[in-house]
This record gives sequence, C-alpha cells and structure tokens, in this order.
Amino acid sequence: MHIVVCIKQVPDSAQIRVHPVTNTIMRQGVPAIINPYDLASLEEALRLKDKLGGRVTVLCMGPPQAESALRKALSFGADEAILVTDRAFAGSDTLATSFALASAITQIQKDMPVDIVFTGKQTIDGDTAQVGPGIAKRLGLQLLTYVSKIDGVDLDKGEIVVQRRAEGGAQVLRTRLPCLITTIEGINDIRFATMPNMFRAARYALKTWDAKTAGVEDLTKVGLKGSPTIVSKVFAPQTKAQKAELIDSEGRKPRDLALTLVTKLFTRHPKLRDEINSRAL
Amino acid sequence: MSDETTTTAAKKPAGRKKFELDPRLAAYQGVWVFIELERGAVHPVSWELLGEGRKLADKLAVELAGVVLGTTASGTRAACEQAFHYGADLCYVIEDPVLENYRNEPYTGGLTNLVQTYQPEILLLGATTLGRDLAGSVATTLQTGLTADCTELNIDMENRSLAATRPTFGGSLLCTIVTLNYRPQMATVRPRVMHMPERNPLRSGRIVPHTLALIESDIITKVLDYIPDNLQEKPQLPFADIIVAGGRGLKRKDNFNLIWELAKVLGAEVGASRPVVQAGWVDLERQVGQSGKTVRPKLYIAAGISGAIQHRVGMESSDVIIAINEDPNAPIFDFATYGIVGNAMVILPALTETFRQQLAVTKIAV
Repeated sequence: MHIVVCIKQVPDSAQIRVHPVTNTIMRQGVPAIINPYDLASLEEALRLKDKLGGRVTVLCMGPPQAESALRKALSFGADEAILVTDRAFAGSDTLATSFALASAITQIQKDMPVDIVFTGKQTIDGDTAQVGPGIAKRLGLQLLTYVSKIDGVDLDKGEIVVQRRAEGGAQVLRTRLPCLITTIEGINDIRFATMPNMFRAARYALKTWDAKTAGVEDLTKVGLKGSPTIVSKVFAPQTKAQKAELIDSEGRKPRDLALTLVTKLFTRHPKLRDEINSRAL
Repeated sequence: MSDETTTTAAKKPAGRKKFELDPRLAAYQGVWVFIELERGAVHPVSWELLGEGRKLADKLAVELAGVVLGTTASGTRAACEQAFHYGADLCYVIEDPVLENYRNEPYTGGLTNLVQTYQPEILLLGATTLGRDLAGSVATTLQTGLTADCTELNIDMENRSLAATRPTFGGSLLCTIVTLNYRPQMATVRPRVMHMPERNPLRSGRIVPHTLALIESDIITKVLDYIPDNLQEKPQLPFADIIVAGGRGLKRKDNFNLIWELAKVLGAEVGASRPVVQAGWVDLERQVGQSGKTVRPKLYIAAGISGAIQHRVGMESSDVIIAINEDPNAPIFDFATYGIVGNAMVILPALTETFRQQLAVTKIAV
C-alpha cells in the first residue's frame, strides 16, 4: 500500500517570544521542528507499513529550509520525501494550502496510487485543523478526522475501520480506501531513528518540486491570490491593568496564609462559598 | 475594527461612505449558526454562538438563523425551539435518516446545499471535533474563507465584513482576519470562549425544512458502533465551575497529588499546564490553554503555573483566579485575582486543610 504523510515544519511555539516594543515575533534562535501532531500520523503510517508493507511518502510544503523536517521524517523510516516549495505559495491560507498539497498528491499518484493520506490533527502555529479536511474534499477522499485508533485495514476489500473521537465518546467507522486520516496526539510515540535510516536520510536525494512540478497550473489558486482570508491586523493581547492582590507572606506560616486567603475569598465572594459548600464532600 | 452601533440605514450601513458591496456578494444575507445536535443533545457551544450571532445580525440588521441537521427522533424540533429561545429568528432544518449520526459526507452535503440555496453572509460553527471536521469540509467545497478558533467576532461596518480575531503563535499575538471577496464568511469558535446568552422561553421563530438529496447507499462511510467515554475518566473541564490546576512548579509527578487532594475537597476538576501534560503527569484531556481546553470556571486555582500566554489564553476568563507561585515575577500574578508567593508544595496542603475545616464549620452551622 502507498501512504502519503503531510508534514509541516513549524517554529517551536513553546519557545516563541514576542518583542515587547515592536510586537513582532522573535524567531531568532527558535528551533524549527516537525509539527508534533504530524509525528503521531507519521508513526501510524509507519506502523501500517510494518504490518502491511508498501511505501510511505512524506510531503511537505514550505520554504527550502523545510528540507531538514523531511530528512528527519526519513530517519524515522519514511521511504520517499518531497518538498513542495515555490515563492508563489507565500501567504497561502488553508484553502490555498490544501489546493497546493492536493495537486502535489495528484502528481504523486501518477507514480503509485495512494491508499491513505495522513495529516496531523492541526499545526501548533496555525492551529486551524482545516488543511486535512481541505485536501480530502479536493481529492474526493473519505475523511476520517481525530482518529484515535486504527482497528484494521483490509487491502483486498479496500476498507479501513477506525475509531474517531466524538463528543463524549468514540465513533467506530468503516470506510473505503482511499481516505484521509488525521490522528489525535498521544495515541503512539514516534519511534527512534535507526542508524541505517539516519545514514539513508542524510544521503537521500530529496525531490524538490516547484508549483509547476507539483501540478499547480493556475497560480491564482495559491499564495495570497488564492487565499480568501486576509490578515487585516496583528496585535498583542491587551494586558489586564489589575494585578493580583498578593497575600503578604513575609515570615508567615503556610497555615496563616491559607486562612487569610480562604477568609478573603469567602467574604468577598459569598456565592463561591455557597457553590463550594453545595458540592464539596 | 469599527465599533459603530447599528443605525436605521441598515440596508446600506456604510452608504454615506459610498460603499457598495459587489452584487454577487450582496446576494448573501443573514447570519447562520450551525446547531450541533449529536446523540440527542445540543452542544452548548451552539447557544454561545447564537449569543454572538445575535449581536452580529443586529449590527447588520439581518436575521439570525440556526441550522439543524439530524433525525426527528434525535430531537431536531426541540433543538429548533431552544435555538429560538437563545436568539434565532428562524431555523433551517434537514431531517433525514442518514443524518442519525454525524458523518462528514452527508453533513457536508446538507450544509453546503443549504448555504448554496439560501446564501447566508456569515456561517459560524463550534470548534469541536464535529464542528472543525464539518467547517473545513464545507469551506473547501464552497471555496470560501474560514477562520478557526476565533476569540472575538465583530462587523467592520465600512465594508460589511466579518472581522474575526484569533490568537496566533500559541497566543503570543492576536490577529484579525477578514474574508472580503468570498461568501459566506465562515468562522469557528471554541466552547466557553463566548458568554452563554440569556435564555428567553417566550421567543419563537420560523422553521424552514429542507431536503437532503442523499440516500444511505450513496454514503461510503458507515458508523459501526459508538463507544461512550467512561465519564469518570474523561474530565469535563470546559464546563467545570471550579478547577485546580498544577504546573511545572510542582517539580515531580508525585507532588501533583497535592492538586488532586485540594480538588477533592472542593469538588473541583483537575487541570494542568502543557509541560505537565507533556511530561505525562496527567491525561491530555486536562490540558488548559491554547493547545488544550478553554475554561471559564467561577474559581481557578493555579499552583506552580507561571502563566505563560499559552496557558493564559485558555483560562483568563475565569471569574476568580488564585495563583500560587514561588517566583514573584511570574506573569500569572499580572492577571490573577489573588496571589501567594510561595512554594506550592507547602501552600497546597495548608490550603486543602483550611478549606476542609472551613467547609466543615459551615456544614455544622447549617
């Protein structure tokens, strides 16, 4: 079987700082990583390959530096890696991005039909969760989002059974291949890179596709032109003027502090006291 | 972003500025909220969205509609009635056996078809697993703009567009996004981000039934089963009234038990910051913040949490915030209500004991 895993290189948002004066993102020194949610999908793809054989192709759209994300994916065991990079893609929103990726997947299909496309449930920089569904709709793939478990794949019948997170439970769904799956995090741990795979990743001749090679003929469908949404303003969150009322802790015992705090809380917020009283054991 | 209030010149709100909306876009009118009916219950985020949608519709001087998809047995009509109570003027309803459980294909088909038929200018959905699955599919099918996880929605009266504000870069910055040349303008909002509107049981509205041109054999994906969560294991953080949350300042996994003990005394839910979840101390479902849940409890106790922006955006709407942190310069003290500068491992047991005693005293007094 042939599995395509879409990955994105993102700045590690935990380490992002905003310049206090200019309100711009300070990217310097912030490491670029594979979007963590994509790793869960990559691992699921590699497990399916371990079980059923076949090929795992990783696909990434981004600037030339994103090559390192693809090599990393290769070191985990992906077979092929394609970087889709073109200035024409700059400024793409989720609709334009799904167009470019769907076009690239159509090109990949020409080499070997694709059974499953994986994406992460969302990215940690954009957090939209829109690109996966977008690709599925454009390619006419069955869409399985928030998958928590792949129960089984029947290649002869061309069917897959998965569990999908829903409110308050999990749906067990059966659908026909090809399909697009987004996985939730925490369902697996990405494997360690093996020595042979690391060597292979370093030597691998990465395929780099520009818009044309990726099958994007109509450049008005990508980049800013192909993006219905427009960022009209970027600003820092307003900081609340009021600071916390600190309980004076100088030389006082924890018990005194706790009592002062609880008394204050219950006196000033009698409703809260009643609320706690009504529910606490 | 303009803050003009609604004027009587509703049809041409910015007429005096010679603003003319392209007739192709002007054909789209009205604000819609997708009412998320699943397994016989409506997700409360739908009512929160109706509250927001009402404000937008009033500014634009258009109607607010709910969209209900499901089966009669699953309570579509009751959902409509409730939608009217929460502010909808009308509801578009598709009742069909294939809509018994949520599936992407028939729901995308139904909602897309409704939009194409009745042409709303704004379509809002909850940023739930269902809402995000559906929103991304519908927006792509309609080739229009979709803004995810908005924290503020407004109308730019200059061009009658939806100004959707959302956090970006993990909440470090906010950006306002508009969809100028495409309709409908779509947006999702996470549960608990918007206020729950007042319910008015006297309000009523019109029901517009619509049909789905799909039969079961057309639909490829089948629902084989539904496995409900063990509710005791799956915390319901977004709707908890009291939350006790712990962070990295607790140093070790064992120390997190102090959080559980306080929560038990208060009958509270347990929350956590991202580092603690990543370290595997608690379940992912308990993560509060930009990449976790948005909460707005009456009381939020944060112990050993620095209050980085990623965490803050998920909990700053709490009514009362108590912060315990060793670092007097921790950002959490900039927005908490009360703060104790001290070692959480020492303060927490004292707080648990004090609450226990205080509550015992009141119990006896009653």
